[in-house]
Amino acid sequence: MNAETPVKAKKINFAQAINLAMDEAMAADKRVILLGEDIADGQGGGVFTATKGLSTKYGVARVRSTPISEQAIVGAAVGAAIVGYRPVAEIMLMNFITVAMDQVVNHAAKLRFMSGGQTSVPLTIRTATGAGVGFGGQHSDMLEAWFAHVPGLKVVTASNPADAKGLLLACIQDDDPCIFIENTASYGVSGPAPEPGYVVPLGKATVAREGSDVTVIGYGAVIGHALAVAKEMEADGVSVEVIDLRTIAPYDEAAVLASVGKTKRAVVVHEAVRKFGVGAEISALIHEHLFDELKAPVQRVGSAYAPVPFSPALEKAYLYSRDDIAAAIHKTMGR
Amino acid sequence: MTGDTAAEPDRSVLLDIYRRANLIYQADEKFRTMIMGGQLQIIYYSPRGQEILSAALMAALNPDDYLVTTYRGVHDQLAKGIPPRDLWAEFAGKKTGTCKGKGGPMHITHPETGVMVTTGIVGSGLPIANGLALASQLEGDGKVTVVCFGDAASNIGAFHESLNMAQIWKLPVIFVCQNNLYGEHTPQAMSTGAKELIDRAPGYGIKGVQVNGNDAFAMYQAASEAAARARAGEGPTFIEAKTFRFFGHLLGDDSHYIPKEEMAAAKLADPIPGYRKALLERQVSEAELDAIDAEIAEVVAEAAAHALASDYPDTDEIRIDVLGMEIAA
Repeated sequence: MNAETPVKAKKINFAQAINLAMDEAMAADKRVILLGEDIADGQGGGVFTATKGLSTKYGVARVRSTPISEQAIVGAAVGAAIVGYRPVAEIMLMNFITVAMDQVVNHAAKLRFMSGGQTSVPLTIRTATGAGVGFGGQHSDMLEAWFAHVPGLKVVTASNPADAKGLLLACIQDDDPCIFIENTASYGVSGPAPEPGYVVPLGKATVAREGSDVTVIGYGAVIGHALAVAKEMEADGVSVEVIDLRTIAPYDEAAVLASVGKTKRAVVVHEAVRKFGVGAEISALIHEHLFDELKAPVQRVGSAYAPVPFSPALEKAYLYSRDDIAAAIHKTMGR
Repeated sequence: MTGDTAAEPDRSVLLDIYRRANLIYQADEKFRTMIMGGQLQIIYYSPRGQEILSAALMAALNPDDYLVTTYRGVHDQLAKGIPPRDLWAEFAGKKTGTCKGKGGPMHITHPETGVMVTTGIVGSGLPIANGLALASQLEGDGKVTVVCFGDAASNIGAFHESLNMAQIWKLPVIFVCQNNLYGEHTPQAMSTGAKELIDRAPGYGIKGVQVNGNDAFAMYQAASEAAARARAGEGPTFIEAKTFRFFGHLLGDDSHYIPKEEMAAAKLADPIPGYRKALLERQVSEAELDAIDAEIAEVVAEAAAHALASDYPDTDEIRIDVLGMEIAA
């Protein structure tokens, strides 16, 4: 997104982009409904204002502020989905999904299969998370690997506002349950605005930057950091390709293998705790397919094996950094 | 308890209830025989003793009303109208089953008869029932959603979240607690602080009705009234329907934790012969009921034979219905 800023340069931030996706979806299909805590305008239009204006425009029957009852929220969304509605359930912060895991894992993910294809669950769960904003241990976890490990769920996240709009719209239109992860720290971050109707297909990665020496694979806020590192590395004569997965599950294996097949080196980066993270899966895939061609073992960058700490000093120590990405790239280059 | 005021249902309704209840009764007997005889290898949660409850409840609904039930759900599923042969084949894990053999006894879905979800997780059906009812409310389709669960489900969080949400949104949903007095092996008094489960309803501002679920007349009336309230936009009802289960939590459980006198008294009040007697007292002839029984026996025998004769699903099915798009081989 950095190199190809459109001439018109109309800007939009993440919160506006997410709002726009729901607005377009609701205008196009009356079966798109929103459920979540404080999401109607009377309650503030969402704690991150992502749903601002939508209850005024579409009514409180379709944009429902709920009790603080995550099981009831997700369960109601599952029930409405199996009879053709396209609910978007906002679970304010990702850690709160833990109290609704039964509905997500045992029901949303499995009803299509267990019913022999009779009931699909076109449900989207929007949820915010991420460290770096001082929310501490129970409001910041990146739990995407949990959901990626459950067959039947799609897990999606965006690295820029235009993609956020296009991916969220794709989630709402998709017939499978999607977990759409938003970054708490990024709602105010702006980027080029998408054209009306812009949809990003699920399951397709994009090459955020072309390069020839090493491939950095990531998603979400990682991509901005990876692009910055890649730019710095140019001066060192290292050509870094950046792959933005956009859909974490099911992920674009072909795009990963094509890029690493070309560069022969790979670094996987995510904010989630490094151990048992998505990076392990992607690293294993690359080794399984390209072991003989690799010039170095695949490197993984992630956060420390600890709960997200509160103290800024500790939080910084916990989080992966641009330096970590640069060091991992250097390691694959044998430096 | 309710059940003493309204006029009795028509003769056709009474016979309809009889038919549904005896289909459950005979199917259950056949399931147990086949499992004990080694012809069917499944975990089985017998509904023996709860037949009348389901039969009267489902007879009070429209065919297209939604049902969500639990792993002890075969009585609900048959009473709601799932063709016995499709249900049997699913229990046997065959490709001809309701869910192509992918769900099994604990996960029966059959949208044509409104059976939308069967869950193996205690209490999880309630939040989903709210969603079905929410869709009906938005759609204005006049459908009612019934969710059945056991007494033990009233102690899990989803129960409380759901009753509250249904009431604040006035959802057209009926929460039917089939209170068979034991949650797995634990009696209600040991697991529940409230003396009566019906006492929970006022805490959510929800209309509550306690009824003898084994009394077809009372059960039918309670369900009819709740359905009428839901259809009129007056919101949800919580029905506590008292009943009993004769074969423990799952087949093979010897019910050692149930006092012998309690079990004996329950069997003495077996609702199946009790309802037959009630019909005979209402000038329905033995011959008419025998004819229904014989017809059901044929249906059950054919369903069981069909299940055994059917093929298992193709192994390629493992890649289908996981996501909308087929998973690559």
